[in-house]
Amino acid sequence: MSDQAKSVADSSPSAPTPAPQPGSASPASMPSAKAEVAFDIQDLSIFYGKTQAIKNVHLQIPAMSVTAIIGPSGCGKSTALRALNRMHELTPGARHTGKILMKGEDLYGPHVDATVVRRRVGMVFQKSNPFPTLSISENVLVGLRLNGVRDKAFLNQRLEESLRMSALWDEVKDSLNRPGTSLSGGQQQRLCIARALAVRPEILLMDEPCSALDPIATAKVEELIHALKSQYTVVIVTHNMQQAARVSENTAFFYMGSLIEFGPTEQIFMNPKNPQTEAYVSGRFG
Amino acid sequence: MSHHDQYRKLKSTFMSVLAVFCALLVVLPLILVFFYLLKMGFSSLNLNFFTKVPTAAGENGGGMANAIVGTLELMGLALIMGVPLGLLGGIFLSEHGSERTNGWIRFGADVLNGVPSIVWGMACYTLVVVPMGGYSAFAGGLALSFIMVPLVLRTTEEVLVLVPHAYREAGLALGIPHWKITVNIVLRTAFKGIVTGVLLGLGRVAGETAPILFTALGSTSWNHSLKEPIAALPIQIYYYAISPFEDQNRQAWAGALVLIVIVFLLSTSVRMISNRRKRA
Repeated sequence: MSDQAKSVADSSPSAPTPAPQPGSASPASMPSAKAEVAFDIQDLSIFYGKTQAIKNVHLQIPAMSVTAIIGPSGCGKSTALRALNRMHELTPGARHTGKILMKGEDLYGPHVDATVVRRRVGMVFQKSNPFPTLSISENVLVGLRLNGVRDKAFLNQRLEESLRMSALWDEVKDSLNRPGTSLSGGQQQRLCIARALAVRPEILLMDEPCSALDPIATAKVEELIHALKSQYTVVIVTHNMQQAARVSENTAFFYMGSLIEFGPTEQIFMNPKNPQTEAYVSGRFG
Repeated sequence: MSHHDQYRKLKSTFMSVLAVFCALLVVLPLILVFFYLLKMGFSSLNLNFFTKVPTAAGENGGGMANAIVGTLELMGLALIMGVPLGLLGGIFLSEHGSERTNGWIRFGADVLNGVPSIVWGMACYTLVVVPMGGYSAFAGGLALSFIMVPLVLRTTEEVLVLVPHAYREAGLALGIPHWKITVNIVLRTAFKGIVTGVLLGLGRVAGETAPILFTALGSTSWNHSLKEPIAALPIQIYYYAISPFEDQNRQAWAGALVLIVIVFLLSTSVRMISNRRKRA
């Protein structure tokens, strides 16, 4: 049923950003004051078997902006990200307590299907993973096709739009039928971004999307993230603090499963309130 | 060069020669058997062999047309009955089952893989031939499919497990239902490996004699129904090889040659499939 799938794919987030009020608190101190909240994480704990990966995290991720999650390896930042589209559930033995509200809806509610959540919350992985048996265009459209969209004109339009959004169109428009894996590493990652964008998610999660890319490819992906935030909420996990500083409005610092500090990126890097954050961003550990 | 170095070099050369010798020793029987078969069988191959059914004992002439077709038919039956079960079982092991159940299923499949093929023949005799009141092509195909199921199941599982988890995750993150990812992405990625496994299984059952001796029985005429006995190359070879008539002995060699060629073609296609580069 293509209409239904289309409407799923088209439900772009209509975010009525409230007009900035003169005289309100400076945005530097109140990260969530300026806009709608995309994710409201309430007392979230995540366990893998007996190990606790996330400890009682409270966090409000604002919509229509880029939020970076930083922290040393093993601090739970990827787990926190994967909880946002229920991907962490794929790990055997994973369970959680607490709540995540996405625009007011409980992501883990009893009648909420993880498949539907993942259609609304797209994800880009650390290592680019285009499907090896599919061509470039098939890779971009696979999410729509396998969810029942058949309308050729619509698919063609979506293909071009998505590849343009991920700044790949000019490089691949003459080779759409070549295998997705024939592209370079940086192009493959942008192909994966186009694939995630093709289903028009409301939110895009990125799990260290540039850690396998060279500086030029990284710069392209970062430009892309900048361009996306006018239409999307982006949550990005990164090891690279310069990257967090470059692309994000807000930054959350995780350490050993706990959220240590969350605030405007500038504040986290220039004037952190917590000594642990300060030690990490100034490179004294991690 | 020091004395010690020379000694080491000598040792290394000796071991290399030994390894090459052992490798040749392994291949030698294959070469000998194949050339002997060619020598003995090729002279008996003629048009009649491929177009005629066997003549009465003692009469010269006739051929194994019915047995060649019968072997292909039995392989087809084994394919139809065995592959779906093995394939779905392999998908279950790789994509769904829990560690615990999988352990038991794998163990079961490995035990079944080791069951002597004559036991399958006896099992099918009891389960199918006796209740149906006679030997049949169906019973033969079923016996061969029993041999194929655990083989296909294990190879399917093995090649599906090799498909990187990242592809499943990428599919799930797009909101694609699990079963569609399995069919459209995982199976498609592992397709060559699955076909290879199926062809190897077919090659294995093509030459099986014991399980069909009890079930398909063999026949000297054309088979017209799944409920009738059917001729097969291995059975025909068996009877002709122990026959007192020289012409039948010669035809047994020819039949063995044809059978080897069928198996050879299967394994060659396996190699071609696994060597073929990813489609461009």
